[in-house]
Parts: sequence; structure tokens; C-alpha cells
Amino acid sequence: MSISIEEHDYIGLSEVNMEKKACEIAANSNKDLNLKATELRLGLPGSESPEREAVNGGAIKNLVAGAKRGFSDTINGGSGKWVFSVNGGSEVDLVKNNGGGLFSCSKVENNNNNNNSGLGVGSVKESHVVLASTNKPLLLEKKVQVSGNSSNGQTSAPAPKQQVVGWPPIRSFRKNTMAVSHTKNEEEADGKMGSGCLYVKVSMDGAPYLRKVDLEIYSSYLDLSSALEKMFSCFTIGQYGSHGAPTRDGLSESRLMDLLHGSEYVLTYEDKDGDWMLVGDVPWDMFIGSCKRMRIMKSSDAIGLAPRAMEKCRNRT
Amino acid sequence: MVNSFPEEVLEHVFSFITLDKDRNAVSLVCKSWYEIERWCRRRIFVGNCYAVSPGIVIRRFPEVRSVELKGKPHFADFNLVPEGWGGYACSWITEMSRAYPWLEEIRLKRMVVTDESLELISTCFKNFKVLVLSSCEGFSTDGLTDIAANCRNLRKLDLRESEVMDLSGHWLSHFPNTCTSLESLNIACLGSEVSFSALERLVARSPNLKTLRLNRAVPLEKLSTLLRQAPQLVQLGTGAYSSGIRSDVYLGLSKAFSGCKALKGLSGFWDVDPSYLPAFYSVCSRLTSLNLSYATIRSPDITKVIGRCPNLQRLWVMDHVEDSGLNAVAFSCKDLRELRVFPSDPFVADANVTLTERGLVSVSEGCPKLQSVLYFCRQMSNSALITIARNRPNLICFRLCIIEPRAPDYLTLEPLDVGFGAIVEHCKELRRLSLSGLLTDRVFEYIGRHAKRLEMLSIAFAGNSDLGLHHVLSGCDGLRKLEIRDCPFGDKALLANVAKLETMRSLWMSSCAVSFGACKFLSRKMPMLNVEVIDENGTLDSRLDSCPVEKLYIYRTVAGPRSDMPAYIRTMDQCRVNTIS
Repeated sequence: MSISIEEHDYIGLSEVNMEKKACEIAANSNKDLNLKATELRLGLPGSESPEREAVNGGAIKNLVAGAKRGFSDTINGGSGKWVFSVNGGSEVDLVKNNGGGLFSCSKVENNNNNNNSGLGVGSVKESHVVLASTNKPLLLEKKVQVSGNSSNGQTSAPAPKQQVVGWPPIRSFRKNTMAVSHTKNEEEADGKMGSGCLYVKVSMDGAPYLRKVDLEIYSSYLDLSSALEKMFSCFTIGQYGSHGAPTRDGLSESRLMDLLHGSEYVLTYEDKDGDWMLVGDVPWDMFIGSCKRMRIMKSSDAIGLAPRAMEKCRNRT
Repeated sequence: MVNSFPEEVLEHVFSFITLDKDRNAVSLVCKSWYEIERWCRRRIFVGNCYAVSPGIVIRRFPEVRSVELKGKPHFADFNLVPEGWGGYACSWITEMSRAYPWLEEIRLKRMVVTDESLELISTCFKNFKVLVLSSCEGFSTDGLTDIAANCRNLRKLDLRESEVMDLSGHWLSHFPNTCTSLESLNIACLGSEVSFSALERLVARSPNLKTLRLNRAVPLEKLSTLLRQAPQLVQLGTGAYSSGIRSDVYLGLSKAFSGCKALKGLSGFWDVDPSYLPAFYSVCSRLTSLNLSYATIRSPDITKVIGRCPNLQRLWVMDHVEDSGLNAVAFSCKDLRELRVFPSDPFVADANVTLTERGLVSVSEGCPKLQSVLYFCRQMSNSALITIARNRPNLICFRLCIIEPRAPDYLTLEPLDVGFGAIVEHCKELRRLSLSGLLTDRVFEYIGRHAKRLEMLSIAFAGNSDLGLHHVLSGCDGLRKLEIRDCPFGDKALLANVAKLETMRSLWMSSCAVSFGACKFLSRKMPMLNVEVIDENGTLDSRLDSCPVEKLYIYRTVAGPRSDMPAYIRTMDQCRVNTIS
């Protein structure tokens, strides 16, 4: 085994990551960013593999960056979003908040301490992991994005912690039950506190298995969509022939972007009544309250759903 | 001398031996005992459904009446195991339907069960009596319809915390009028409303009904009706526990509860309206089990209830109980054996409840029989842990979850090594331990040295190096299940303790530092282990040996690699030839 495990503080772990990155990526101009990205151990919301999102040869890492560009495109009225039609109101919000709906740990490091950029919409919370040596505690600093929220007029209630997958160890049944209770208790109050957890299954046409996402940790359609893009990108990359050659980051990333902006896929959901709807038609809170599960389907299959919405999508391309 | 006993005599003797461990020991004495024993074993427990195949079990034990299987790893409860992992009950049920026509009981935990399987169960086992589906998924209320309609002698239907595709509540109406055998019904996990009149009639014609756990959809005003039909109930789970302000409902409920002289356990209490709590005061003095862990009631109300329950042995609450409520427990509940405190707002940084380590210390002082603890809190100290350990050396299960990962002793800012060390040192019979907070390799040194009876250990965000894992693997003689997440444990400890892995049921490691190469090596060296690597990014084929695995699940098996793995899981022996696609 070529991994040296001499360093045994938390940073030591990142050395393992470093070696892994070294073995996977011959020359990567984003090396610095990758190191920092892999130092962070917290999972991205909705990510089932909290720590290794950069594992896919940095393809996902760059996808993150690429996806951000994708959103900017949207703001600038560029190529259509692959996911859904966003109603007029929230588009305006996008512009205001610099559009970056990406919820990404790595962004914290990469954006030159511009922690609050790109994470505008909604009461999105951010954590900044402070790496420490062995004897010091590893603290999760919570930065509440109050300033970013104010333009939305959204509540700046105590922001929930950034969630690590599966922590604290509470069963889904309990989380979902309590989420319903909280909703009932606090509906009149400050709106969703996000203190529960709502796992819904997400399937994608052509993908071999489905994923579960926790809707509670997103605050907007943007957050959700970017997380889903990351989660399912490996399938589309696979389909479109980028053969595990992670060094060619640019290639796989741009292929995916083409794919997504070509509106090949739409995001749909099944609501409480059993109807399949396009994601994005109703206000976010209503969506969370009624979404039972989601499906990423090919645009061609989604035609029956909401013809005008589809029209909108296509027109944006 | 032994051989001169006729088989029937030995069989009769063996019938008094019920523990699996003992049965296994009996079967090792000699060949004839092995043969006799295997023909008269009636209960099978398979802790890991992939450790053995249905065929092997059926071949050895041809006359089984009760089967219990467990599927997914424990961490599946916390969404660490991806969808499609496995744990399919189908093959087991199909083979058993052919081999065990007289099967009476099936208990499944964390497995995927289909409606087809439920239909099969309901039609193939003529004397089917008990179905327990704990944290299972994959079936719908249609499957339940078959169970209700076809199982003539059904005694127990328990769906605890399963994820059921809830198409409607009509299934309950399919219990035939001739079905009077029901003893236990738990539908608490179901969302949709069942026909109340069907439920009432079912309860009314089931004189042996002892356990009834309703779902949230059963309204409070109907509860008294059910209680009047079933005053013999021993365990009751209410539905929603609020109903506006209605004195007639309250009075009816109060009267109905006072008629339930046998009631020992209560649960449910969703959406609690505190003004209805006194309705069950009349049963409190007899209660041995109280589950308020879904009840968002605040401290003064909880304290009032607890104060009336001197015979409580098991208490599950939320952190609304606060330290003051736990003081009341310590004062009143001298018979307490098990305490579980769940967090009401686990994802919010600052607690708005005053539940600290003091509550637990208090209970450890006041409750001499306390043996099992599950405690979520936001702060802990070494001194508190040491006190708890000294107070309660009879602890068997200690699961502490400090909500913030890597939180240190809040008083000294030191790691909690010494505190947990005291727990394992004083509690010599400790069988289950879950760690949290800031921990270095030292705590594992203590665990390896002292925790000789430990069977299950859960570790998260702890340790500094492989030495930590090595201490555990080399020191904990009784270890059966080890689950680890987000710890800097790599190859060295695993490879230094390969033989240990075969003495354990399973090992789960996720977000650690074990390499692909080590997994392959382990797999080659230990053919009796399945070394399964989980990688959801789908690039299993192109990984180099030095790359760390995402998630790793190692378990001993006599059934070889399993054939139902999704694409993102690979048993390492399949990776001998590393092809780049």
C-alpha cells in the first residue's frame, strides 16, 4: 500500500485524499482547489457520499464549477435550464442574488473567501470547517446568511446546521414523523424551520438505481436542481461515453453541460394526489409539502405533463 | 451411555434448550446429537441474510417453524446505505414456501419485501401466525390485504417503522369475520386511514388481543370506543392525541382507560394536546413501558406524568423532558431499566431545551437498575461520564450521541477519552456502545483493554490513526458488529487483524481510509469473507489499488459472494483482473 498513514490528525486524512487525487489526476490545474475540496469532510446536502464528490476524477468538481456557469447562463437568459421552468418571480430573485444556487462546500474555499457568493437564495446556511490539530476540537462554524436573505424577504430564523449525511443518527421514520409535526406546529409561524427531514426518492430514466434526497435541506429549486445534477451526472457521463478518464475533466464537464442545456431531461414529481407534475410550477414551500417522489425523465416522455411549460423550456434553448 | 438414550428422549431433552448458542453447542457434541438436534430445531435466527443461503439452512433444518432474518447493515437506518443495496427477502420466502409448509412465524428486519412475497406467505403457510416487518420496505398495502384476507390463524401483524407504500386503508377491512385469533397488531407506521368500523369490529372479535398500536390517522375521539372493546389490552399505541377542547371526549377517554386494568405499556401520542394527558393517569401506576418519543410535550406536563409512574421500566422521551424531568425520573422510577432520550430539533445548532449531561447523571444516580441508555444531547463532560460509570456498573448498553461531531468535554475542552474509558472499565458487562464527541486513539486503547464483553460498537468522527482500530480489533474479544464512519482508519489495522474479521458478523466502514488494494488483499486472503466495496460514483473498475474506498462492508459467509448486488457494489474477488473500460 502506498498510502502513508503517519500523520494522524484530521489533516492527515486529506493526505490520503491527496494521494488519491495524485493517482487519478495526472496534471490538474485545479490541484489546489481539489485539495481544499477534499479536506472538507462534510457532505453536500443531498449527496449520498459526503466526502468523495471529487473522487470522480475531479469531473464532478469541475462540474460544480461548470454548473455554476450554467446557472449564470440562465440568469443571462442564456440556454435553458435542463430541469424545469422557473416562474418569473424567482428568476428575478436569481438575478438579485447572483444566481448561484449551488450549495457547495468546495465553493467556500475556492472563491477567495467570498463565502457568501453564489449561495444566495433562501435561508441557505453555510458551514466552514476549521481544521485543527489532534487535540483541538473540530468546530463547525455556522455562518448564517442573513444579509443574503434580506433581499428575498425570507425569514432569518436560526438557520439549521449544515447537515452531514446520516448525522445525528436518527431513523428516517422518526425524522419524517417529526418533520410533519413541526410543519403542523409552525406553519403559521416563521415558515419552515427546516428542522425535520423529508427524504424522497429520485429516479432517473436510464439510471440503474435511484437516490434519496432530503428536501428539507434545500431552500429553493436552484439548490435542489444543482444537487441533483451532481448526483446524477455520473449516469449521463456514462451514457455519453466519457470512459472513466477523469483527467479529461473539461471534456466530460462540457459534454454534460451540453446535455443538460439541451434540455434532454426534465425533472418531474409525484404529488400527494398521485399526479405527476413538472417541478417548478408551484412555490417552493408548496412543492416540499406535496412532493412524494421525483423522476428525471426524458423531455420526450414529459410532453403530456405541461405542454406550455415544455414550450417555455424549449424556447430557452 | 449417552448413545443408549432413544432419540425421542434426547429430543425431549433438547426441547428445553431454546437459546441458539446452546442449540449450536448441543449439535457439536457428536454426530447423532447433531442429527437429532437438527431435526428438532424449530427456530432459526440469521443475523445477516447473506451469511448463509436459504438452501443451506433448509437442508440442515428441515422442520423449522419460526424464521428471523436481518438484512441491511445498521447504518442503513441513517441513510448511509444506498438504495438498491440488497436485503431481498424474496428468495428466502420463495424457498421456504416450498420447504416449510408448516412455517408459523417470519420476522424480518431491514429487508426488502415485495407484495408478491406477502401473497406467497399468506397462501403457502397454512398455519401462519406471526409476521413482523421491522424497518422493512418494498411492499404496499396490497400485500397487507393478502395477509389479512388469507391468514386464517394470524396472531401477530407488526409493521414497526417499515416504509409501506400506502395505497389505501382498505386492507384492514379484508380480515374475515371468522378471524378471531389476533393477539398483536401494530400499524403505527401507516399513513392512511383505515376503516374505523372495520377496525372496531376486528378488535371486538379478538378476545386475545393484547397489543394494539394504532396509526396517527385514528382520531382521539374514537380511541375510547376501541378501549371499551378491548379492556384486556396490555400494550396500547394511541393515534393522534388531540381533539380540540371537548370534555365529552375527555371523559369518555378517561373512563375507558380506567377500564383497562391490564395495561402496562403506552406509546403513540402524536400531536399531543397536554390537556388530554390526565385521561390516562388511572393506568400510570401499572405502566412499565412509556414511549413519549413522538410527543412534543414540555417539561411540566411530562414531569407530572412521570411522577405517577413508579413502576416504569422503560421510558422513551424527547429532550423536552429536560434535566428537570429526568430528575423526576430519578426520583420516581426506581425500577427503570431502559432510558432513551431523542432530540426534538437535531438539526438546529442551539437547543431550546435544557437537556444536558446532568439529566443522565441524575438518572444514573437514582435508578439502580438502569442498564440501557440511548441519549442525545449537546454537551458532555468526562467527569459526568466517570460519574455515570461509577454509579451504574451494571450498564449493558450505552449509546451516547453528542449532536455536534467531535465535540470536546465542554468544561475542559479535552477529548472524551477518559470518560468513555471509565464507562468500559466500570461496566464490565457492557455489550453495546456508541461513541461520540471528540475522541483520540486513547479511547480505543481503553476499549480494547476493558470492553471484553462488548458485542457491538459504533464509531463516528473519532480516532487519529490505525492504532485506534487496531486496539478494538485486537482487544475486544466478544466483538460481533463494528460500524465506523468518518474515521481516519486505514489498511494497517485491518490487515493486521484479518482473522478477527471471521469471528465477527460484520464490519462497516464508510468515509475512512481503507484502500482498494487492501480490500482485494483481504478478499484473497479470507475466502470466507465477502468484502464488498460500495462506490456510488460508478467507477469501480478503474480504481487503482491505492485509492480509498467510499464504503466498505465486510461479513463472514458460507454462501460465497452474493449475486444480487447493484452495479455500484463489488465483491473484491471480482476485481482480481483490473480492466479499464
